[in-house]
Amino acid sequence: MSSTTTSPKNFIQGDIKARIDKWIAIYPEEQKKSAVMSALRIVQECHNGYLTNDLMDQVATYLEITPMEVYEVATFYGNYEHAPVGEIKLCICNSISCMLRGNQGIYDYLEQKLGIKPGETTADGRFTIKKVECLGACGGAPMMQVGKDYHENLTNQSIDLLLAEWEK
Amino acid sequence: MVEQNENCFRLNHLENSWDIETYVANGGYEVWKKVLAGELEPSEIIEEVKTSNLRGRGGAGFPTGLKWSFMNRYAPGQKYIVCNSDEGEPGTFKDRDILRYNPHALVEGMAIAAYVIGASAGYNYIRGEFWEPYQRFNNAIKQAREAGFLGENLLGSGFDFDLFTHLGAGAYICGEETALIESIEGKKGQPRFKPPFPASYGLYGKPTTINNTETLASIPMILAKGGDWFNDLGVHNAGGTKCYSMSGHVNNPGNFEVRMGTPFKDLLELSGGIWKGRQLKAVIPGGASTAILPAAKALEMNMDYDSIAKAGSFLGAGSVIIMDDQTDIVKVMQNLSHFYWDESCGQCTPCREGTGWLYRVLTRIVEGKGKLEDIQALKDVSGKIMGNVICGLGDAATIGLTSALEHFEDEFVHYIEHGCSIYDRS
Repeated sequence: MSSTTTSPKNFIQGDIKARIDKWIAIYPEEQKKSAVMSALRIVQECHNGYLTNDLMDQVATYLEITPMEVYEVATFYGNYEHAPVGEIKLCICNSISCMLRGNQGIYDYLEQKLGIKPGETTADGRFTIKKVECLGACGGAPMMQVGKDYHENLTNQSIDLLLAEWEK
Repeated sequence: MVEQNENCFRLNHLENSWDIETYVANGGYEVWKKVLAGELEPSEIIEEVKTSNLRGRGGAGFPTGLKWSFMNRYAPGQKYIVCNSDEGEPGTFKDRDILRYNPHALVEGMAIAAYVIGASAGYNYIRGEFWEPYQRFNNAIKQAREAGFLGENLLGSGFDFDLFTHLGAGAYICGEETALIESIEGKKGQPRFKPPFPASYGLYGKPTTINNTETLASIPMILAKGGDWFNDLGVHNAGGTKCYSMSGHVNNPGNFEVRMGTPFKDLLELSGGIWKGRQLKAVIPGGASTAILPAAKALEMNMDYDSIAKAGSFLGAGSVIIMDDQTDIVKVMQNLSHFYWDESCGQCTPCREGTGWLYRVLTRIVEGKGKLEDIQALKDVSGKIMGNVICGLGDAATIGLTSALEHFEDEFVHYIEHGCSIYDRS
């Protein structure tokens, strides 16, 4: 794990704790570990979109599993981040149907508008562009996921509208 | 005229089709009530599903009734029903629409399946990116619970069943049933070696039945109208309707629920035909893991297991990727190989290393640095992956490429000899 950022102590309390507890409750009592994926998602969401060693250790303590069990999950699944990302993370689908319908044009246009390539974050920390594999919305190709929303049938015009929305 | 939307998508045209009121007003939960009233025995349900000729819609096509019969409902101890909504096969997006527009059919289908196998708890594994579908499905669970269709001693029957959602976090491999189980258990999604199969050792080591979203959502209508009704909609060896995802170079991409055995030509027409007035060049009929077919073969096939197999591919998840006559097949294969390399779980060496090799060799061909020996290298590496891995991902990584080399080898050779695609003029 490369991240050395210090994180808040006792991160899992209040609303974050309540949200994780809801997930723990849906699994059998002795299977708290099943909640690790959701716990990591919630912690990441509440910590500017990325995880740190310390936060993963806190998740391990809270779920009564070893830190290694948490690291394994946190590094296996693609949705977890281990370094700071932009406030707005544009996950652009890079798979076949989106390629056939011109996702390269989307990368090019975003590079022109934001000055960054996939894998990069703008200097002001506002945007990150990430290439991801199939998001299961091939009928709306080219498409991307931003936070909890899908944006489909992307064009330069629709990207302009989204960027204007995010400017506000 | 092609009949559409007779089963999973039958409510999609209605306002708030995802609401329990809409579902109930259109016959929803009637079967579940009959089951809870003891009017339908588990063995009768299994027979009806067998009669329907429903085969697993996640891609493998295993007969659903047979799968259910592997479970011993009367064995003591906890059992589970699990639904696979980890839709991630490139080209597939049908389950997303079932979750968004007809989530109660899935809730009812899972409840019925749970009753048949004697499970008191179920999980639906939804991929983490599907936030809107997850919200719709969770709301359906909430509504069903309030209506007394989920919970304890359901409608006074003495049967308990409750249903929950597990959210994924971005791993295609979790669509493989044993990787999915590992993932619910809070681990890396690495497939288990089979046997034991989930029916004897599944979630938390308990007997478990896992079915795809579309499969389970098909159950209520099969039992409402009868196995014969469903079977007769389809063709020999493939009962019912199927939700096909049409993507790529068509005018009107989207999901189309049509009868099994519908001619591919008709499906293509439903999706508006090839865009930009171009011609069809190739089709991947069942998702990224199935063989690519040249236009001539595709245009002769019907959309069912046997006919697509005869054409040289597989129905898979019914994810039809259409390519027009300007499509660079080598780049298509490079893109697919990147997918499998990225999504390999890393457990089996032939897949972990082999998928990387396939991607790197294809990339050097695309970059104009290929050698003629590379074509043999691609075949060799594919051969070393195929059949030498625990799950289907490694095999899938080779199937598309092997078929592309069979039908379009000249395009690979052109890249190697000229350093560019057959469509480049340099």
